[in-house]
Amino acid sequence: MARDEAVRDLVDRLELPFNSLGIDPYGISKKHLAVFFGVLGFLYRRYFRVKAVGLEHVPPRGRAMLVGNHSGGYALDGAMVLTSMLLEMEPPRLAQGMAEKFINMLPVGSLWSSRCGQLTGLPEHAERLLMDDRLLMVFPEGARGTAKLYKERHSLVDFGTGFMRLALKTKSPIVPLGFVGGGDAVPTVHNSATLGKLMGVPYVPITPYGLAAPLPARLVVHYGKPLVFEGSGDEEDSVIVGYVDQVKTRIAELIEAARADRKGLES
Amino acid sequence: MKVLIVGVGGALARMVALKLREAGHSIIGLDRRPWWDAPRDIQVHEVDIRKRAAEDVFRRERPDCVVHMATVNALSASGEERARINIAGTRAVFDHSVAHGVKHVVVVGRHTYYGASADSPLYHTENEPPNGIGNFPELADLVAADLYAANMLWREPSITTTLLRLVYTLGPSKTGTLSSFLRGKRVPMVFGFDPLFQFLEEDDAARGITVAVEKRPRGIFNVAGPAPIPLGMIARETGRTVVPVPEPILVQMLGRFGFPNLPRGALEHIKYPIVVDGSAYKAATGFTHTTSEVEALRRYRRISPV
Repeated sequence: MARDEAVRDLVDRLELPFNSLGIDPYGISKKHLAVFFGVLGFLYRRYFRVKAVGLEHVPPRGRAMLVGNHSGGYALDGAMVLTSMLLEMEPPRLAQGMAEKFINMLPVGSLWSSRCGQLTGLPEHAERLLMDDRLLMVFPEGARGTAKLYKERHSLVDFGTGFMRLALKTKSPIVPLGFVGGGDAVPTVHNSATLGKLMGVPYVPITPYGLAAPLPARLVVHYGKPLVFEGSGDEEDSVIVGYVDQVKTRIAELIEAARADRKGLES
Repeated sequence: MKVLIVGVGGALARMVALKLREAGHSIIGLDRRPWWDAPRDIQVHEVDIRKRAAEDVFRRERPDCVVHMATVNALSASGEERARINIAGTRAVFDHSVAHGVKHVVVVGRHTYYGASADSPLYHTENEPPNGIGNFPELADLVAADLYAANMLWREPSITTTLLRLVYTLGPSKTGTLSSFLRGKRVPMVFGFDPLFQFLEEDDAARGITVAVEKRPRGIFNVAGPAPIPLGMIARETGRTVVPVPEPILVQMLGRFGFPNLPRGALEHIKYPIVVDGSAYKAATGFTHTTSEVEALRRYRRISPV
């Protein structure tokens, strides 16, 4: 269960090089993090009552990649993974996701994603953050993963391979994670590209009750032992695909474990 | 060493001149603008670099090193005139340098070369191509001048070319792009955006240039100082009030109600950051800043109250 320590104190304990104005070299702001995680912390502790298992597998310091499946019609999974790193790790860590490019084009979305360290998903950002010994969060299914419908909620779509080349190049351990419950929180029956176009986003998930607001479904995330692959990142595609499949298989196992765990929880 | 500073009328260029003079170099200045209170031992030639008389300065003085600081951005010149100053001016600097035995040319360019857009990365390295011409065509001539200077690296191996891409500066002269944003009591910003701005305190920026004259590194280098901070925080820490205006309204306000008549593309630069990686220059010359970003803002608040 998440600590009850105030979010502001946890943000203060983040081991990031903030200057005296509370800004780190990537523009991450303590003030914004406190507000951001204040909201997410409430959702994590009270609304979704997230259960996180296997946190001991996440390195407390140094570079690492959290690699997982998408669950839910938008980045609810990512937000809760970030929150688990802050609320439950000792010392608290800031995971940095790779945001979809459209977020940086939206007013407010641009400002808050930048100030909270969720930089646009560019290879340059990912590599630099890892070389800086940060904790990177990657969903190799990409936007196709969040677009999964309710009936596909426990499936995995194709994985991109960029994350594996990056892990090899930067010699970063991969911490696999399986996330479940997002499909119940946002039971998508259809993705509306038309509504999305109006709002400047790729699509808007439509649920049986119309709105894309999440239901208070229990969310469970299982973190697995770090996977370390040897190589330079310059291997042929066939080699990389083999490594990616190993990660995908491990994530599928973690999803199954998390599903079994979730069934045992009272809702 | 005899150093010719082209564009010596600018505030930063004068600081560079004074620092080099202090270090024992013999300084000659060239600018179409006067420098009234120049020290007596700095000879200032009031001539446009693109005019015939400018070449005669090179011919007569035969400088060892030329520092080119005579480029302008969209805030200070527009259209054809800006393109002529930036491109023809840079060409003239190199033509005369080649013809009159100059050994080292330092071109002081800008970090805005990389451009600002939603999908450009933080911490640009020198090997990246420019990215901002599409949304800010007024940047094209500065980019062209940069690339022209860069290709002198292979075209004229007899000259050591140092091309600097310098971040914004902030300091007592109260000139430059960042200062012009902070001119008023209220700083208009695009609602929902707050880009990181990277700047050097003026004294550090001048030293960043004089280091190139002393160390003669060959190549292209980003010159950066402290870590960047958000524009909104820069405004607040210098005592200004931030006024967030939705972009469609801000576009209509440009050129009216006392707002500068900026090209539309300039708005990209107050929506998205241009942040550069200065580690290559540090490795080549040992240059580091001495004034932190927080101290620079504190000083600016004192010297430029609103």
